Amino acid sequence: MIRLLFGVVVGLSALVTTARATDPVEIGIGYLRRAGIKPTLSMVEQPAENDGVAGARVAIEDNNTTGKFLNQHFTLEESRLKDGDDAARAAATLADRNIAFIIADLPADSLLKAADAVRDRGTALFNAGAIDDRLREEDCRTNVIHVAPTRSMLADGLAQYLVWKQWKRWMLVVGSHDEDRLFAEALRRSATRFGAKIVQEKVFEDTGGARRTDSGVTLIQRQMPVFTQQAPVYDILVAADESEVFASYLPYRTWDPRPVAGSAGLVPKSWDPAQDQWGAVQMQNRFFKLNSRRMTALDMQAWTAARMIGEAASRVNSSDRKTVLDFLKGPDFSIAAFKGQRLTLRAWNLQLRQPILLVDGRMVVSVSPQEGFLHHVSELDTLGVDQPETKCKMH
Amino acid sequence: MWRHCLVSGIAVWLAGALPAGAFIAYVSNEKSNTVSVIDTDKWAVIKTIKVGQRPRGIEFTKDGKFVLVAVGDDDTIQMIDTATQQVADTLPSGPDPELFIQDKAGKILYVANENDNTVTIIDIERRARVGDVQVGVEPEGMAISPDGRFLINTSETTNMAHFIDTAARQIVANVLVDARPRFAEFKRDGSELWVSSEIGGTVAIIDPVTHTVTTKITFNIPGMRKEAIQPVGISIVADGKTAFIALGPANRVAVVDAASHQVTKYLLVGQRVWHMAFTPDEKFLLVTNGVSNDVSVIDVAALKVIKTIQVGELPWGITIAKQQ
Repeated sequence: MIRLLFGVVVGLSALVTTARATDPVEIGIGYLRRAGIKPTLSMVEQPAENDGVAGARVAIEDNNTTGKFLNQHFTLEESRLKDGDDAARAAATLADRNIAFIIADLPADSLLKAADAVRDRGTALFNAGAIDDRLREEDCRTNVIHVAPTRSMLADGLAQYLVWKQWKRWMLVVGSHDEDRLFAEALRRSATRFGAKIVQEKVFEDTGGARRTDSGVTLIQRQMPVFTQQAPVYDILVAADESEVFASYLPYRTWDPRPVAGSAGLVPKSWDPAQDQWGAVQMQNRFFKLNSRRMTALDMQAWTAARMIGEAASRVNSSDRKTVLDFLKGPDFSIAAFKGQRLTLRAWNLQLRQPILLVDGRMVVSVSPQEGFLHHVSELDTLGVDQPETKCKMH
Repeated sequence: MWRHCLVSGIAVWLAGALPAGAFIAYVSNEKSNTVSVIDTDKWAVIKTIKVGQRPRGIEFTKDGKFVLVAVGDDDTIQMIDTATQQVADTLPSGPDPELFIQDKAGKILYVANENDNTVTIIDIERRARVGDVQVGVEPEGMAISPDGRFLINTSETTNMAHFIDTAARQIVANVLVDARPRFAEFKRDGSELWVSSEIGGTVAIIDPVTHTVTTKITFNIPGMRKEAIQPVGISIVADGKTAFIALGPANRVAVVDAASHQVTKYLLVGQRVWHMAFTPDEKFLLVTNGVSNDVSVIDVAALKVIKTIQVGELPWGITIAKQQ
């Protein structure tokens, strides 16, 4: 088989190829995954074993299809932590193998440890799995690029739609774990920003117990109406339950007939298997063909991260980490990710701007930012913490 | 030179003397799974033809006997007989065909298969697949150089225009353009290739000899956010002086001085303007407006929108020819 390999000439921000026969430039991308998989209330939503990394694998294929025209070849080095493993050491091991770019699906604290462990070696992390705002604010790092949306972006995306729909009176139910409280905080902030009112707030205590039992439904059917009765007049119940303890039990079981949003019902996400607009069907088909399952938000975040690296490497026609990262962080970088518009990085905290999908588990109900929410830089900056409010100091 | 002026003068006079509507337009409606047939004399839909699922790319065969329409979700290209205005046959296009182009003689069809990273080559008369070329991720835009030597394919996720030698059926050059290149169009004299980048928001002007981007057309509409300006369809008039570029959700068609590559005017049309086609006399340009479900008619000389015609849901592609 004759292999045509192409060299490259730079011409006015465009690259042109002419025939040349050399070995392709190798670009290794690391993938660092947290231990374990979070159990969900719904069996349907239980993440697959390869959740996230499957998206990165598709992106590596996409990068290599492009790479064959540019003499670049991408590989994915997967590293999965076990319980008790040190994320810093795992990141350092990847860096030892000369990996300059690591896609990370790690909890916030592990992510920071991993980032700090490889910072002096010029290795950058692409945060695909942590939505904590603090990673982009007081705990921001120059070597962490955030592809996952933040809690505040997700909450704002949802709030804009609820306000547009004139469902402005919210009953907020918050779980008893830290991440539930963080999501509730983001929802309260969104309500204030966009003019919704939280008419009542309740905490749903996690008293422990199994998520699946043989006669669970009967109990839940009695429990949820009682929990939501005697509420002041409200339009929608908003649940903050990232811990998957109760939110999915709420739809159709509230005392008053009201819709549910937040962690169940209408859910804000970066991606959904039902997303079919803006050429997304091609992405969904490509993913399904390779993985025999549907593409989740985490898969898409990992795909986008690996594509960002591939895109930057193709634009600068280089595998040099500094050249690639400088371009990624610069004003000319943008990425197409089937969201109907280009996605760019917020220069002040390296967060990827992106529309937020509102999904009900079967369909995409709407996509935020909603019409009429205006911004002088980008309407995508109506979602999440904006530059004037940022606590991030890059150094 | 004198002879050229005389000939075009006669052509203009002839076109002026004939009724405007000796033409017929076929519009693919992506969501309705139909094709609307427009009589350009009446500026009205005279027939709606049921086709396969998700019709997009649409073009008359060179002999005018058929209209080819890519029905992506049925993985085929249907042939509408223009005499009976019914689907008469199909072509083996490969999976998920979107856009396609014929060679000059109208014998060979080149099809972009989005799901497959390939361009499929079809012998139209034999209705047979005769080859394919591997290209970048999500091939879409297709063009042929006026001399017939090079086929251009744009790949949406690879962000390149691939130059394919039509004789050897091999890629000979790749030109990197801005994000999500959707459509490619040569100037009729072959001097320039124009490629629109939907997400990048630009149109690259490529020198087909050196394979370099010589300049990029950018768009700036006061009060319109940058992300909403998404160039897709391109039409350049035969004399190479003026070009029209559909700007998608910006709801406008940009009029461009094709020599200086400067935008001279923005014409407000319907919502999410997508593809376009001239009437054969180039007096009118018809553009499809996906979200408003209509077609805008632009008077090319006056640079004005003169008419809006309601068609099916999500109109996508359009092709126009003389009435048979």
